[in-house]
Amino acid sequence: MAILTTTWLGQTLAHPLIAGASPLVDDLDTVRRLEDAGAAAITMHSLFEEQLVSEQLAMHRHVDGWRGMNAEAADWLPGTADFLLGPDQYLEQLRKVREAVKVPVIGSLNGSTPGGWLAYAKLMEQAGAHALELNLYALPSDPARSAGEVEEEQLSIVRQVVASVRVPVGVKLSPFYSSLPHFAARLAGAGVSGLVLFNRLYQPDVNPEALEVDRVLKLSDASELTLRLRWLAILSAHVQVSFAVSGGVHDGRGAVKALMAGASAVQVVSALLQHGPGRLKQLKDELTSWLHEHEYVSVQQLVGSMNLARVPDPSAYERANYVKLLQGWHKR
Amino acid sequence: MALPLHPRTAMPQQTVTVDANEAVAAIAHRLSEVIAIYPITPSSSMGELADEWSAQGRTNVFGQVPKVVELQSEGGAAGTLHGALQGGALATTFTASQGLLLMLPDMLKIGGELTPLAMHVAARSLATHALSIFGDHSDVMMARGTGFALLCSSSVQEAPDFAAVAHAVTLRARIPFLHFFDGFRTSHEVSRIDALDDQALRSLLDAKALSDFRRRALTPDAPVLRGTAQNPDTFFQAREAGNRFYAATPGLVQAAFDELAALTGRQYRLFDYVGHPQAERVVVLMGSGAEAVRETVDWLVARGEKVGAVIVRLFRPFDGAALLSALPASVKTIAALDRTKEPGALGEPLYQDVITALAEGDRGVRVVGGRYGLSSKEFTPAMIRAVFDNLALPRPKNHFTVGITDDVTHTSLPYDAEFDLEPNDVVRAVLFGLGSDGTVSSNKQTIKIIGEYTPNYAQGYFVYDSKKSGAMTVSHLRFGPRPIRSSYLIKHASFVACHYAPLLERHNVLDAAAPGATFLLNTHHDKATAFAALPLEVQQTILDKKLKFFVIDAFAVAKDVGLDRYISAVMQVCFFKLSHVLPMDEALTHLRASVEKAYGKRGTEVVRRNLLALEQSLGRLQEVTVPKVATGTPRPPPVPKAAPDFVQRVTAAMLAGHGDALPVSAFPIDGTWPTATTQWEKRAVGLEVPAWDAPLCIQCNKCSLICPHAAIRAQLVDPSDATKAPSAFKTVPFKAKELGQAPSGQGWLYALQVAPDDCTGCGLCVAVCPAKDKSNPRHKAIDMKPVEPVRAQERENWDFFSKLPHVDRAKVPSDLKSSQFLEPLFEFSGACAGCGETPYLKLLSQLFGDRLLIANATGCSSIYGGNLPTTPWAKNKDGRGPAWANSLFEDNAEFGLGLKLAVDARRQLASALLKQHGGHLGDELVTGLLEADQSDEGGLASQRSRVAALKAKLAGVATDDARLLHELADALVKKSVWLVGGDGWAYDIGYGGLDHVLASGADVNVLVMDTEVYSNTGGQQSKATPLGAAAKFAAAGKSMGKKDLGLLAMSYGHVYVASVAMGAKDAQTLKALKEAESYPGPSLVIAYSHCIAHGYDMERGAEQQKLAVESGVWPLYRFDPRLVATGAPPLQLDSGPPKVKPRDYMKNEGRFRMVALKDPKRFDRLVEAAERLAAQRRAIYEQLAHVHVSTKEHS
Repeated sequence: MAILTTTWLGQTLAHPLIAGASPLVDDLDTVRRLEDAGAAAITMHSLFEEQLVSEQLAMHRHVDGWRGMNAEAADWLPGTADFLLGPDQYLEQLRKVREAVKVPVIGSLNGSTPGGWLAYAKLMEQAGAHALELNLYALPSDPARSAGEVEEEQLSIVRQVVASVRVPVGVKLSPFYSSLPHFAARLAGAGVSGLVLFNRLYQPDVNPEALEVDRVLKLSDASELTLRLRWLAILSAHVQVSFAVSGGVHDGRGAVKALMAGASAVQVVSALLQHGPGRLKQLKDELTSWLHEHEYVSVQQLVGSMNLARVPDPSAYERANYVKLLQGWHKR
Repeated sequence: MALPLHPRTAMPQQTVTVDANEAVAAIAHRLSEVIAIYPITPSSSMGELADEWSAQGRTNVFGQVPKVVELQSEGGAAGTLHGALQGGALATTFTASQGLLLMLPDMLKIGGELTPLAMHVAARSLATHALSIFGDHSDVMMARGTGFALLCSSSVQEAPDFAAVAHAVTLRARIPFLHFFDGFRTSHEVSRIDALDDQALRSLLDAKALSDFRRRALTPDAPVLRGTAQNPDTFFQAREAGNRFYAATPGLVQAAFDELAALTGRQYRLFDYVGHPQAERVVVLMGSGAEAVRETVDWLVARGEKVGAVIVRLFRPFDGAALLSALPASVKTIAALDRTKEPGALGEPLYQDVITALAEGDRGVRVVGGRYGLSSKEFTPAMIRAVFDNLALPRPKNHFTVGITDDVTHTSLPYDAEFDLEPNDVVRAVLFGLGSDGTVSSNKQTIKIIGEYTPNYAQGYFVYDSKKSGAMTVSHLRFGPRPIRSSYLIKHASFVACHYAPLLERHNVLDAAAPGATFLLNTHHDKATAFAALPLEVQQTILDKKLKFFVIDAFAVAKDVGLDRYISAVMQVCFFKLSHVLPMDEALTHLRASVEKAYGKRGTEVVRRNLLALEQSLGRLQEVTVPKVATGTPRPPPVPKAAPDFVQRVTAAMLAGHGDALPVSAFPIDGTWPTATTQWEKRAVGLEVPAWDAPLCIQCNKCSLICPHAAIRAQLVDPSDATKAPSAFKTVPFKAKELGQAPSGQGWLYALQVAPDDCTGCGLCVAVCPAKDKSNPRHKAIDMKPVEPVRAQERENWDFFSKLPHVDRAKVPSDLKSSQFLEPLFEFSGACAGCGETPYLKLLSQLFGDRLLIANATGCSSIYGGNLPTTPWAKNKDGRGPAWANSLFEDNAEFGLGLKLAVDARRQLASALLKQHGGHLGDELVTGLLEADQSDEGGLASQRSRVAALKAKLAGVATDDARLLHELADALVKKSVWLVGGDGWAYDIGYGGLDHVLASGADVNVLVMDTEVYSNTGGQQSKATPLGAAAKFAAAGKSMGKKDLGLLAMSYGHVYVASVAMGAKDAQTLKALKEAESYPGPSLVIAYSHCIAHGYDMERGAEQQKLAVESGVWPLYRFDPRLVATGAPPLQLDSGPPKVKPRDYMKNEGRFRMVALKDPKRFDRLVEAAERLAAQRRAIYEQLAHVHVSTKEHS
């Protein structure tokens, strides 16, 4: 029996398969089922900057904004002195999840601009999160801002969060950077403990009849794994932090590939949303069987074994990959 | 202008900075077990606070959380009080004005039964020739005969003191107490006061009296009977049996005053005398005016004048001996001042009582009576001095008025309006803001900072205009080393701020500035261009008064820190910088703390942004170097020259802020005012207006339909008229064919035009516009664009457009699009930008406006419909238009029925006269008139022609009958009587009457604009509030379902009922209004009306209406009893089965979000309940929609 233990964000995990950020944690029963199925850690769903900021500002606007404008009505909505508007719900749920399970619980914050919302990192720590995952999901759309400026702002967010908490902080990235290795190295320099590759949130879709853009959330499929494998392989060879894969792992074999490319942990979401929490156990069994069949003694043996530094033909991950593939087409 | 304020020292713990409503509620809540209320201005906040405190679990001095209940009317609240008191619970209520009148019957019972009760009244004018929300004593004076003690406090400090005394003494005296203070001037004045702690309150309660009260409770354990009916043999004696309690009460009140003095050092007497010990001239009065009188008396006595004042505390029972002993022996003349009017009386109540007391005490002093301060009319030292001057005359004027110019019956005393006695060590600041910019809130914070962190006294009073969109607020702030008794507006301020530069175009902002004062302006101009951009008059005033002038671009700061247009923090920090009331570093510390306190509950980001605003503002404040000469452009006149004479003379003065100067002769004698006046008030409150891309437009007219202000209109234009159009005026060929050719024989042109000075920029029109540019879908056929670059051009276009002839009503097809070619006779109201109610009224005016009578229940619609200076109800070119009246809140259905009965009576008399004189007039004409089909516009037009012919024939006939028939002839044209109002009226206070009118079978039409809360008084729950929504008195989210008013009405079978939501299905709304009008019996149309009380951007109102319908929360239907005769089910469902979840509708509105944020689990339960309820309603309606009602007599 191979040794499955691994480390992710400072936590020693029984095995690499963890529940990624998803709405599954909203229900405590599901959380318990995830633990029963063997999830090595639970990532909370993300607390969104937009959710925090826009909710606050909306209340500010619609309650405070109408205050004191009329002789007859001092305001139009009941006094809010007796309730707090903010992520109390989230923190409360985080506390409950912590109480409900024995495995590490990772808080998740999602945003892209510096602001008051970052204070919630500390609150998540206080609510008992073993580690935090900071999801930097932002697509630059302003031509006046250079890549450097965008990266600087993101780094400053990361530094603020890292400085405000004592628990390890992981950063979940998008694949869209001019020089991902350089940025990842700077994140590591900023004190980040781990990187998650990659986030995949709402994808806009065009509604041609309504002339509107619909936001759709599609579950991942296995085809998304290859992009992650490449970047895990490249980054894990250069950047001294631990890595987790997120997106595209739907079976044990996929998990093996991700671990080989450099991941220490494997986040699973879509497979669980599709098949239920019990799917995690199957993945774990598949991983164990594969290790057994291929005579690996530990997960550690696997991690990074196929990354850029160790793979027999590193050019396969680089630009040469493209040329070879084209030639391959030509030859056929 | 640095001011000699004291250094900061520790304050006594019990110092609070509050308004009187809050101070009184804090007493009443702690001394009551049951609080039964109903919202009414200006007392509403007392009930709201009590409810909030109970919701937070705050306890009374007995350790219990008082139960707060909102009733369906003040009558209901009084009944509940009566019951609670009989049951042995300490109870209280808060009310004012008509609310107090509705309580009178129960008050007589409570008084007759010698039941201890302390209630609190923010005294307010009674509606007579007009409604007024402002303060005077006319309401309280109606309660003189109830057997209640009437105790009057004069200031924010006295209000809680007297409230406590009222609660304490009522138990000892057994006489119920009505404690009152002046609405607004005291109820809403924010002031630093010493509060009474629980210990003090407990020590005022008499344990034995309390236990006696509890022992008298109705209980089957010791049964008694109350509320008997008595006969002539006994009633009289029994009524006299309680006399001794009245005789004892003044002594008990004085004893409690003395106990309070021992506790607090504040000594009050039944009649407090202030002034010269040998005064010869004395004023007697009560209420907030007494504060200004004290100030004036001090000033006059300091200058050697022998004057004084008696302040009445306990008005009932009136202790004549106590009054006499309060008066110095030297008094020669007395002026008794009443803040009320009793037409036809020998004098007002206080005057009569003073005379009686003096006569009974054999004191030969000359007494004159005067009226002042009705409806919060200013009562200033200048007026008070005039009263003393009058007393010095050999024959002082009696039955005078002061504060107005009565040039008709010449009652008024002249006064020197420039007289001012305020000392220089009082900092005075006047700040002009825009309703939604946070000015008032931040000024209240400023007062709290000064009041609570410095030894200085602070006073704030806030004046609002009656518009709900683009409303101006004026904050009057005073800070000084002594208690502030100036119960009047500031005339000479050392600091004036204008938080919205366009206000300078319409208001004399700098009138309030003292010479050498500081003027702060929020403007996008910097110090280099700011002066040049001011209107000429403002420039001249700055020069004349040698003002110091500062500018800041507060909107830019707010935008930069992400606060949209919420500039309160910016302007507040600038105020502290320029007014020097505190050292700046200390001010910043307090400001930061107050931001944390005010917005901490909103979350860190709101706090962060407001703190950022504080930091960034000071660096962007600039002083303007004022040039030596004024070079600006003069302000336009308040109304254009084309306005009618009355508007020029009266309305214009009111618009210019000079209404106080209008003499009695300027006014209608009976409350009758002209309509169609909003067109003369160009408020220019919108920053953006819709811009029309004519080729892209599909001419659907949805923008025009939804516009709450009739500020974007569609019109068909005859090409022969278009030739005279301004060059920028746009038309395109009209796409539809139904309307045929224009009169010139050419095809119609189509024009869509915005009124640039009347549009509020709400964006509803753009939100509903379906026409997107295919190559750039962000661009629609109308887009919101900044108004300034196009204002002049669009003004010219509007002027041309508004004079174009309208399409002949008789030819307009009945579809929705065409309805918008009918002239709206409801325009440019002051309703909130994006109002959900007004589109219905406007449509009503388009459909039936030229023959429409409206009975309007009090509420938002009576305010934007009838609050002076202008009214949106308009007239067409023939001078016809809606005739509108507001009676009361509670009686609107009955009032409307009365209107309908009168319409019928006039038509009946006219018809009878016609029949009598048929021969002379020609049978054909008479038959035509009597049997006219007036079911459509063509029929109506023909009838109008017949009436014109009739009048022409009658013109030459000199008999009485002919003259009468001539007068009544127009009654032969069908009238449309509509009873309109909100849900507070229809579901709650007026439901009994509405139900009765519907049951009566009368041919009236009811339009309920359902905002699901009491919108006008600030969002209190009504029975229309939906399950799950937060509203005042349902802060945790309403747990009971909305009353199904439509189903109740359908149960009669003979009532036409429709449920509509214009934003969801406009054609159904149109159909329902038309069917309702045509139905020859009672009709009820319940109209979903989005409202700012729902907590989201009104621009999305139509979208939310759609979701309400699609989720099944607001089903659309029409129940038409006429269908029974055709064999069809009378109920037709106009909305399909739910397509979306109620949650998807609810999640977009603040009223539901608040509940979700506060208690997600509870919200989930409420949502599930709402979903069940919607499904059940749907199921019931679906079944009803299949019910065929037999028309056979024996089935």
